[in-house]
Amino acid sequence: MEAATVVLDHDDMRRTMVRIAHEIVEKNPEGAVALVGIHRRGAVLAQRLHALVGELLDTEVPLGFVDIAFYRDDLATRPAAPVVHATQLDFPVGGRTIVIVDDVLYTGRTVRAAIDAIFDYGRPARVQLATLVDRGHRELPIRPDYVGKNLPTSQEQRVNVRVKEIDARDEVTIGPASERAAA
Amino acid sequence: MIAGEDGTGLHDRRLFSRERAAGELLVRAAHVLDPREGLDGAHDVLIRAGRIAELGAPGSLPAPADGEVFDASGRFLFPAFVDPHVHLRTPGQEHEEDIDSGTAAAAAGGFCAVIAMPNTDPVVDDPSVLAALVATARRQARVPVGFLASITRGLEGRELTEMAALRAAGALGFTDDGRPVASAGVLRKALQYQRLCGGVIALHEEDPELFRDGVMHEGRVSARLGMAGIPSVSESTMVARDSALARYEGARVHFQHLSAAESVEALEQARRQGARVSAEVTPHHLTLTDDLVRTLDSRFKMNPPLRAESDRQALVEALRRGTIDCVATDHAPHARHEKEVPFEEAAMGTIGLETAFAALYTELVMSGQLDLPTVVERMTAGGELYGLAAPRVAVGEPANLTVVDLEASFEVGAGGYVSRSANCCFHGRRLHGRVALTVAAGSVAHRERVLVEAGAAPR
Amino acid sequence: MSQRRPLGPHLISIDDLDRAGIERILDRAESFAEVSGREIKKVPALRGRTVVNLFYESSTRTSSSFELAAKRLSADVVNIRSQGSSVDKGESLKDTVHTLSAYDPAAIVIRSPHAGAAQLVAGWTPASVINAGDGKHEHPTQALLDAFTLRRAVGRLDGLNVWIVGDVLHSRVARSNILALQRMGARVTVCGPPTLLPREIEALGCQATPTLDGVQEADVVYVLRMQRERMRDAFVPSLREYAACYQIDARHLRPGQLLMHPGPVNRGVELSAEAIDSPQALIGAQVKAGVAVRMAVLYELLAGSPVLAVAA
Repeated sequence: MEAATVVLDHDDMRRTMVRIAHEIVEKNPEGAVALVGIHRRGAVLAQRLHALVGELLDTEVPLGFVDIAFYRDDLATRPAAPVVHATQLDFPVGGRTIVIVDDVLYTGRTVRAAIDAIFDYGRPARVQLATLVDRGHRELPIRPDYVGKNLPTSQEQRVNVRVKEIDARDEVTIGPASERAAA
Repeated sequence: MIAGEDGTGLHDRRLFSRERAAGELLVRAAHVLDPREGLDGAHDVLIRAGRIAELGAPGSLPAPADGEVFDASGRFLFPAFVDPHVHLRTPGQEHEEDIDSGTAAAAAGGFCAVIAMPNTDPVVDDPSVLAALVATARRQARVPVGFLASITRGLEGRELTEMAALRAAGALGFTDDGRPVASAGVLRKALQYQRLCGGVIALHEEDPELFRDGVMHEGRVSARLGMAGIPSVSESTMVARDSALARYEGARVHFQHLSAAESVEALEQARRQGARVSAEVTPHHLTLTDDLVRTLDSRFKMNPPLRAESDRQALVEALRRGTIDCVATDHAPHARHEKEVPFEEAAMGTIGLETAFAALYTELVMSGQLDLPTVVERMTAGGELYGLAAPRVAVGEPANLTVVDLEASFEVGAGGYVSRSANCCFHGRRLHGRVALTVAAGSVAHRERVLVEAGAAPR
Repeated sequence: MSQRRPLGPHLISIDDLDRAGIERILDRAESFAEVSGREIKKVPALRGRTVVNLFYESSTRTSSSFELAAKRLSADVVNIRSQGSSVDKGESLKDTVHTLSAYDPAAIVIRSPHAGAAQLVAGWTPASVINAGDGKHEHPTQALLDAFTLRRAVGRLDGLNVWIVGDVLHSRVARSNILALQRMGARVTVCGPPTLLPREIEALGCQATPTLDGVQEADVVYVLRMQRERMRDAFVPSLREYAACYQIDARHLRPGQLLMHPGPVNRGVELSAEAIDSPQALIGAQVKAGVAVRMAVLYELLAGSPVLAVAA
């Protein structure tokens, strides 16, 4: 059985996402934002934000997804080629404000890879970062613009974000290292 | 037996080897198996002055005062083997093998005599080349060596060699081995000329137009690998053609290294019609098939190629019945750089002297496809086809015998090879039947090196 | 993140891949086709790794396809062609491979006129070896890009009736395709002059026929190049007779059938002009697929730890 603690439940997550959507709209008064979610759960969260932001602005903002498998900095040392999902960036990237959406911000390497991927599509005006959880232990100078919850953790702990669309429920848990969720 | 020019009379005058002092040797308690002599039981064998002096019940013969006792209990003693088809690569390619290393390999395989092929550099197509070779053999050969001269000059298949002069210089017979005599007209002349000079005409059978650029057997494996195939009919049509010519001219012909079921059929037909034909088959054709070529390992590239299982079985059956008269290794040393290349580019051939008996014993006798007396008989029959007396374990005969431990096994190539080359198709296999001792023309030619543990008695 | 076992470490024959392995490469190729559609057609996946292309046979299309694939993965590429290199001066394959080890290549892509060359090279280097064609034996990346092209056109290959028409005897493309297509569930019939159909080719699991009767039933007709040399060696009496008996033209190509060819095409010999230019021909798509599929192969072989991949 799990020894994990639930730090955000279903309702917490909904409220947090609504707050982040408001913050994105406030911070970008011209409204020319686009949301790009990092596979897999960041993409799900990006879809939810897309709906929320769309309601607030009463207009649809562009939504895209990136898979960072080809941009990882650890390909030479992994035991196997990582699973690859589809990248979809169907709108012009140049001149826009891109908000990258991810579920957990940790070392910052995933976000760096996502930035590299996005820049291969064009030159955005600026890039912002929205993350549901910031668990600290940054290894790169990356900072989020929008944070759902700050969760100080030790490196032995695991933070798991679960979403209905993939895991049948919404919650964020923190637990010992042996607990695993499927990527 | 004609008295040899070296005066010992221990081998035919057309066989050549180093002279060695023949001491006394008592081989104790071996299981002696000599089908020709009807021997199949434990005996002591005493060798003196190069001949078998006495045979007695095991343990009954006294140890020689001034000689050696070899304890062969638990092991077999056979008449030593004769290989009528080896390539000693001398002159011209001594980096691959020479008469010293090649005959050492022969002795290590239990052979007391070998017949060397003339496709050297220069080709043995001239009495002076043969004379030089004979002189080399007298200096270097550890077991007696006989030589075939070529049928045509330079192996080009056009002009006959001075066959009579070559016979006088010591040739046992003639062959263009390595190549066929493609022209029926030229072969027919050679068969006619044989009436003057004697000597067996041995034939490497392939039709160049069917062989083309083939590198392996034409069949399902070549279909899969996309490599040009050598069809069985390349060999069998030539066996049929040359049998007909031999019959027409009353000539004496020997078919070398047969590989195909169709060739066996052609051979049977020729015998039925009364042609004076004989044939040999190699240990690799008796035990291996083209399936091994799927590995693309050039160890399995030889000419003629390894063929299908049905061919292999036909060859085993033909050897069993005596349709094929003898085993010959076609020992073909090649340098590493000639084999460490893509299959299609690799030289064709495998060495085989050191593994011949063990391969046949392990793959055919132990599995019940052939019995041991038949294998021994066919391994010793090769010389008779060329007019040499077969080795016999009988009082008064020159001592030509080999002691083999049938229980002992070895991994082929694990300790290197006695041959100067290492291209062996059995490399890495575990085979049973280790040669412990070989006596050739009266003297010990090979003795197995045994590591003795401290305090243990040597076997 | 679920970890799947690495491919490889080599791709020498289609036999190195089971059906799941082939599908994984085709799926990966879809991702790389998307990369090739971007403005910046590059990903950094193989940055810092070196890929050596060792081409003993001249070939513009395959060599440039491999070169581009490696570059789009941000690898460093070294091209060695047999003309004008030490290879020409008689340096053996083994010595060339040892010399190349100085570059510490992650992968060696080799094309050779001799069967088994890629396998030999794999024994002489710790690099991953990719067979870009070895004699008449195999051309696995061609079969993969053909399967990719076909999958995009028809979806699943199960039950598909594929005819391979032409000089099967001398075709490594045919051999690799017979194996790959069957592994993906298709049925294969080979058709060509009796002198150019290998004896016992049915042992590979396909049917064989010397006439085009029945080709109407095929879903896909895969046509092979007929080389002029075959006339010299008396395999076919003339290209005219070959075309009369085996050319795929409007007569033979019914609507709905797909047409493929590994290229380059001999117009008017194995294919008529209308057939080549018809909308049923997938030839252009095959060429385009080459880079994406070869990127997928390089990625799957190299984007895992090389040490662990070798041990797998």
